[in-house]
Amino acid sequence: MGFKLSIKLLSIKLLALAAFTTAAAAQDKDKTGDIVARGEYLARAGDCTACHTAPEGRLFAGGRAMPTPFGTLYTSNITPDPETGIGKWSADDFYKTMHSGRFPDGGLIYPAMPFASYTKVTRADSDAIFAYLRSVAPVNQKNKPHELRFPYDNRQLILGWRTLFFSEGEFKPDPKKSAEWNRGAYLVEGLGHCGMCHSPINALGGTSQSDAFKGGLIPMQNWYAPSLTSNREAGLGDWSIKDITDLLQTGVSMRGVVYGPMAEVVHNSLQYLNDEDTRAMAVYLKGIAEPSPPPAASSALPTSESSLLISLGKTVYDKNCASCHGTQGEGKPPHWPPLANNQSIEMQSAVNPIRMVLNGGYPPGTKGNPMPYGMPPFAGLLSDNEVAAVVSYIRTAWGNRGTTVSAREANELRSAPLN
Amino acid sequence: MFARFTAPAIAIAVLSAFDGAAAQPANQPPDTMAARVEACTPCHGNKGEGTSDVYFPRLAGKPAGYLYNQLLAFRSGRRKYPPMNYLLEFLPDPYLEAMAEYFASEHPPLPQPAPSEVSKDVLAHGELLATSGDAGRNIPACVSCHGPGLTGMQPGIPGLLGLRANYISAQLGGWRYGTRTAKSPDCMQLVAGHLTEADVTAVAAWLATRPAPANPAPVPKGTYALPFGCGSQPN
Ligand code: HEC
Ligand code: HEC
Ligand code: HEC
Ligand code: HEC
Ligand code: HEC
Repeated sequence: MGFKLSIKLLSIKLLALAAFTTAAAAQDKDKTGDIVARGEYLARAGDCTACHTAPEGRLFAGGRAMPTPFGTLYTSNITPDPETGIGKWSADDFYKTMHSGRFPDGGLIYPAMPFASYTKVTRADSDAIFAYLRSVAPVNQKNKPHELRFPYDNRQLILGWRTLFFSEGEFKPDPKKSAEWNRGAYLVEGLGHCGMCHSPINALGGTSQSDAFKGGLIPMQNWYAPSLTSNREAGLGDWSIKDITDLLQTGVSMRGVVYGPMAEVVHNSLQYLNDEDTRAMAVYLKGIAEPSPPPAASSALPTSESSLLISLGKTVYDKNCASCHGTQGEGKPPHWPPLANNQSIEMQSAVNPIRMVLNGGYPPGTKGNPMPYGMPPFAGLLSDNEVAAVVSYIRTAWGNRGTTVSAREANELRSAPLN
Repeated sequence: MFARFTAPAIAIAVLSAFDGAAAQPANQPPDTMAARVEACTPCHGNKGEGTSDVYFPRLAGKPAGYLYNQLLAFRSGRRKYPPMNYLLEFLPDPYLEAMAEYFASEHPPLPQPAPSEVSKDVLAHGELLATSGDAGRNIPACVSCHGPGLTGMQPGIPGLLGLRANYISAQLGGWRYGTRTAKSPDCMQLVAGHLTEADVTAVAAWLATRPAPANPAPVPKGTYALPFGCGSQPN
């Protein structure tokens, strides 16, 4: 292919691609459709590639490092190579892994493999994913041994975790809800494993059923995955269905954008879901959001100090941010997101807006938004004080109801990992 | 810093108003590459012309193929600089290609060469390495690949002008210590592997003193033959 790929040509190609995927989706509904194609689609929905493909590595050959508070895990080779992959597995073996979190010999799998969510996947869907995995190129690559600290290197410990946090069982539709809501619930709670990030992680590395989707700081990554049930965080109760589907499919919307680990989810997984499934997820997500009482407008800092902070923040904002986000925080959505009335910066945790200012970012490039606009990193341009000031300003200006942040909080996040 | 953008942004808005307002919906960022790469500007300058930071390279006018290879390498982590690895992580190939094309097609003037802090002897050693190499130590002349005018060759060989000494020596160090790698065969790794610390200082210092040539554009592909193969420069 010639290098001079003009942008016009590019968008034609993307259109063709979009047409292709819609066709695939249509075929998907056809029950006689190819089970391998359906499996590929479901593997996208489960984002298997995010963990099982290493950067520049072969598809599903594993070997990707997953840092955890207990040490580093390396993902497995799930290609059909008989020696080093899952080439000798049966569909029953595979279902046992997805459903029960066990190896074919009964051994316990670490919950970093999201079987606590995948347990909700139906047998038919599990079989389709397995058929697809059997169709990819086998790669002969030995699994790298995990590097876990004592005592976590003892798999028997997983038993305790399972008793506390694992309830095995396929998804049970709620007959009181619509088919669409149930389809959305199946995808979000099951293959989507959204709860793996969007639930508070307790000291044992588990998330309890009652706290599902209530938000939490992702260990090791230092990003806050907001609550999907509280409208004060990422609860989508007052979003339109169109804004939610835009966010999930393209990564940008009139209400806000995705970034950090959520950009990865949209990039590798959600952008590939068809319109019906995306809409079903949106309907479900909108449905689980509970209205929450408005927060008491309070600030940890004494008022005279915080008003100084805010006025410095406004100066920094007008100079560095207003050109994109607007003097009133109105932005130019969807590409330059609004900051006024944007839940994701008003949340109690200020981790995400601080990191956005320090690191900048691009929303993921997706079929619906192939050439996203970006935000520059300000880590090298602003002092801790200025970062704290501008974040305090955007969290409290224009009717936003967040709290102020301190220079120390800004400083601590300078060393947050960038991958 | 962003004040610099106001003028071009207004110019673009006015221009597009003339060639059909419908093409540019109100209250949208300009539909240009310049607006899309504003995230790069604090470090690489307007149009990729570089900034005063000696470790941040100029991008403007370098061969598109070279820039694209770098963007791919940063995205996959093969070339490491965490702030950039992070920004590019979820951008697709065609978009990185478009970014590379954009910076390759910009030609802001080269900066004034900086006065050098090293001695005449050191500069002379640097010049010798760059223009003649050192056959006894298996060091090819830099000009044998980077071009007689040091302006590079399409599509994969960058020019070496308009870069600061610190940046050049950091890159050569990167190859020597394996933190920067290029497509295999990685000819620059071979070259850098033969250089001593003193060679690096000398050649970096001399390159940084070179004035801008009349025509800084990289020469067309195939203008001259390389002394040995480079993965970044398909033949
Ligand atoms: C969040 C990361 C993550 C995601 C997403 C993920 N996995 Fe895994 N998976 C792992 C890890 C880590 C292991 C190794 C667990 C262990 O050694 O106990 C694993 C192990 C496995 C195994 C066992 C293979 C073996 O021989 O060790 C299979 C099969 C598997 N995953 C399939 C899948 C499928 C199919 C998907 C998508 C539907 C998926 N995984 C998604 C992290 C992940
Ligand atoms: C790897 C961890 C991870 C997974 C898995 C994950 N998320 Fe997120 N999500 C995040 C983080 C971190 C944020 C905060 C950053 C942001 O707003 O984009 C977020 C933000 C969001 C937001 C709010 C966006 C906004 O603009 O307010 C929604 C909605 C969301 N996620 C839905 C989902 C759904 C649905 C799934 C499952 C399909 C999911 N997430 C899976 C980490 C994750
Ligand atoms: C060149 C345009 C530009 C400038 C200047 C800019 N931003 Fe952004 N901002 C963006 C874009 C584009 C995004 C989306 C980035 C992403 O998704 O990774 C964004 C995202 C954000 C977010 C997350 C919004 C959300 O929906 O959750 C915050 C907070 C933010 N910017 C604050 C700031 C602050 C504070 C400044 C000044 C210090 C600033 N920005 C300067 C373009 C800009
Ligand atoms: C925080 C500062 C920063 C930002 C933001 C940044 N870069 Fe860079 N860039 C650097 C540094 C520093 C290097 C040299 C890294 C090294 O030492 O290898 C570099 C190297 C490069 C190179 C290789 C240049 C060469 O001659 O080899 C390219 C191409 C590049 N950047 C493009 C971009 C693009 C495109 C963006 C925006 C999407 C961007 N950069 C954003 C700092 C930055
Ligand atoms: C055999 C051909 C060859 C020779 C000889 C050679 N180079 Fe290179 N050089 C390359 C190629 C190809 C690249 C681009 C590598 C890539 O794609 O990352 C490069 C890149 C570079 C870069 C990175 C430029 C940037 O903007 O980051 C520097 C610096 C450099 N060379 C310096 C030198 C010096 C100094 C010499 C002489 C001592 C030299 N080179 C000799 C082929 C060569």
